[in-house]
Amino acid sequence: MSLTALLVDPLAHGFMQRGLAAALLVALVCATLSCFLVLRGWSLMGDAVSHAVLPGIVMAHVLALPLTVGAFAAGLFTAWLTGKMAASSRIRPDAVMAILFSGMFALGLVLFLKVETDQHLTHILFGNMLGLEWGDVGEIALIALPTTLIVLAKRRDLLVAGFDPAHARAIGLSVSRLDSLLLILLALAIVAAMKAVGVLLVVAMLIAPGAIAALLTQRFDRMLPIAIGAAMLSSIAGAMLSFHADAATGPAIVVFQSVLVALAIALQRLKARRAATV
Amino acid sequence: MKNHAPPGKAFSSSLAVSDLWVTYANGVTAVREANFALRAGTITALVGVNGSGKSSLFKAIMGFLTPTRGTVMLSGKPVREALKAGLVAYVPQAEEVDWTFPVLVEDVVMMGRYGRMNLMRIPRAADRAAVSTALERVGLADLRKRQIGELSGGQRKRVFLARALAQESEIILLDEPFTGVDVKTENAIIALLRAMRDEGRLMLVSTHNLGSVPDFCDEVVLFNKTVLAQGPTATTFTEANLATAFGGSLRHIRLGGGALHDDDDDRRVTVLTDDERPLVLYGPRDAETLVKRPPEEPR
Amino acid sequence: MEILLEPFAYSYMTRAILVSALVGALCGALSAFLVLKGWSLMGDALSHAVVPGVAIAAIAGYPFALGAFLSGLLAAGGIALVRRLTSLKEDVAIGLIFTGFFALGLLIVSLRPTSVSVQTIAFGNILAISDTDIVQVVVIALLALLLLVIRWRDLMLAFFDEAQARISGLDPWRLRLLFFALLSAASVAAMQAVGAVLVIAMVVTPGATAYLLTDRFGVMLGLASALGAICGAIGAYASFFMDGATGGLIVLAQTALFALAFLFAPKHGQWRAWRLRQAAKAGDA
Repeated sequence: MSLTALLVDPLAHGFMQRGLAAALLVALVCATLSCFLVLRGWSLMGDAVSHAVLPGIVMAHVLALPLTVGAFAAGLFTAWLTGKMAASSRIRPDAVMAILFSGMFALGLVLFLKVETDQHLTHILFGNMLGLEWGDVGEIALIALPTTLIVLAKRRDLLVAGFDPAHARAIGLSVSRLDSLLLILLALAIVAAMKAVGVLLVVAMLIAPGAIAALLTQRFDRMLPIAIGAAMLSSIAGAMLSFHADAATGPAIVVFQSVLVALAIALQRLKARRAATV
Repeated sequence: MKNHAPPGKAFSSSLAVSDLWVTYANGVTAVREANFALRAGTITALVGVNGSGKSSLFKAIMGFLTPTRGTVMLSGKPVREALKAGLVAYVPQAEEVDWTFPVLVEDVVMMGRYGRMNLMRIPRAADRAAVSTALERVGLADLRKRQIGELSGGQRKRVFLARALAQESEIILLDEPFTGVDVKTENAIIALLRAMRDEGRLMLVSTHNLGSVPDFCDEVVLFNKTVLAQGPTATTFTEANLATAFGGSLRHIRLGGGALHDDDDDRRVTVLTDDERPLVLYGPRDAETLVKRPPEEPR
Repeated sequence: MEILLEPFAYSYMTRAILVSALVGALCGALSAFLVLKGWSLMGDALSHAVVPGVAIAAIAGYPFALGAFLSGLLAAGGIALVRRLTSLKEDVAIGLIFTGFFALGLLIVSLRPTSVSVQTIAFGNILAISDTDIVQVVVIALLALLLLVIRWRDLMLAFFDEAQARISGLDPWRLRLLFFALLSAASVAAMQAVGAVLVIAMVVTPGATAYLLTDRFGVMLGLASALGAICGAIGAYASFFMDGATGGLIVLAQTALFALAFLFAPKHGQWRAWRLRQAAKAGDA
């Protein structure tokens, strides 16, 4: 099989086109956000929020609201409560976060089994990438593209708030408002992506691209393109791999991304060693 | 006062560092060719600027890092054996401790006994007695049921001194015991250290607090990557030596006797400090903070 | 009354209740350490990281516990390695390793479908646990609990004050290894009960609740263990009436108790803090 055939064959199938389009959109918005999350020390916030949305989804179903609204509200509520509780008790913030998001997820699970829904739990967790309609892809684009644009437009403020909160305050930026903005955008991205690609892929996409970029460059303006590039490359390679090997798509993308992380670490070590010997 | 050196058992502790080198993986040499020896019944100040390798030296003495070259012998034993035998106690800096950890004062002091307990570390009557005596000696008996974070700065220091006492070790290393401590507590700690010296223990105190060194230290090791000078405080802790050890990083104020008073005492006053901004006043009330003299009592 | 006793008429229910309590006790005890060290998310990482080990062991026909255990240790080592080799912060290192391991596990399962279903890994299935699995879980949990009973004071010292631990002739690195081995073992056992996603609650929440209730580590350890056991039993029992959402119910019970302690703990609760503030205000006025 030639290389082009390897790449083109899968795209002859409509389900692959839609799956790949969804993956690329998710890669774009998550990779952009991940650069800021890595800097802010919030890498695991994506993990927390994406699990905390479950009861929101179930409640929205019961109340016949759009699932996105419920998920968004639940995710944001948990993030807000984490901040409040961590500030006022002797429990460390990481533990508060763990307790709240697992508690919310447990609540969601129990509610889910009490309520008859047409949603599949495994689809929420692991996504259903190859079963998407173009309408689903459009829905993702509708949230992912504006979110990305807002992040890019606000990138300088977010950078200052992440790197040096005290300085941000000194020059009149409201750090808490920027933090809230970042949280809202994060919740939006998660909600948009989760149903299609699953919690795992979203969480991984919110960590690894930013980490790869941070390893490879010291300059923030270069981080964004590197992160987005790495995420998109993983999406394409992972999707192709899963098609040919008949493996699950989301995990394949994440595994490929982990390989890129390993390469980035090796590259950084090489650079450091060369710098040391010169 | 049961748990001090059991009467009859004279400490014969010693601490010998010979040709010690510590080089880290990144190529930085923190200690080079350090040589010194200390004996039982003395308090020695380890004095040097920040980044002079004092803490690396401490770590090497306690076996937390392996020297690149050279040896440390504690009472004639290699470090590992000495630790196994419970010869060494360490009083950490306040910043190294997690004060939110759910342990009571007496729990921390009991940790000093772990080396002597069985595998499950279940305290016996002797362990409980040692803890009580140690707490009484440092004056914390009333606070033994407090969580450690509820103590004041000076009390926190004394908890760890009590732990070293309960450990009944011959050799005690103290890392900056006076930072963040008020004068009253400082005096109490100094009194305690002197008493421990008189029991025959060997103490090595890393300190920034130059002013108090002549008050309680018998010997001084001036350190910057290597030993610059070592010897009795009176002859080693001199202006010239300190100038070498600290280079330009010390504040140096010197006042001639004539500028201070009209009598015949022509001794001059010198204030050396690496504090940011020392307060120097002249007057009867503040005289003590101005001049520190070697302790009067004979050694 | 009869309906309340009904679950005990089924042997699978009695077994599930007992096993959940045992696993809860072990995880609860470990949570006391995790919470204090700021390693809560390490619990999440390990519970996800054992998945590839489980998958490979299932394919190769080894006991799943062995695979899970090795893969958990590998992940803990991986996190330490990333931290040492790079300047990435701890949360990033944890996130990278656990998503990578979890994805690898799911990939393997999707390539070679085995007796281990994704559903079971994610949500656990204590009600339908097989006899061999029960034996594994019980043996693991009892051994781990025994080790904790013998060594908890050493672990406490190593966690609280590494320098003093060394000076007392202990090896903090070996103790840390022991701890991660115990945590990996507990993750495997807990995965059976509540699923990979909710293991984190098992190894964090009881410890946090206990930390709000006491200032003594020994008490905290016992309390956390007891809370874990009670919630395990309650959750498994209640799941008889709730269509089998065992994991969710166990964790909900734990979260509810945490909320109670957070609000009403005698010394460290919000209610007391609020009253003290009010009293201070009244005193000022």
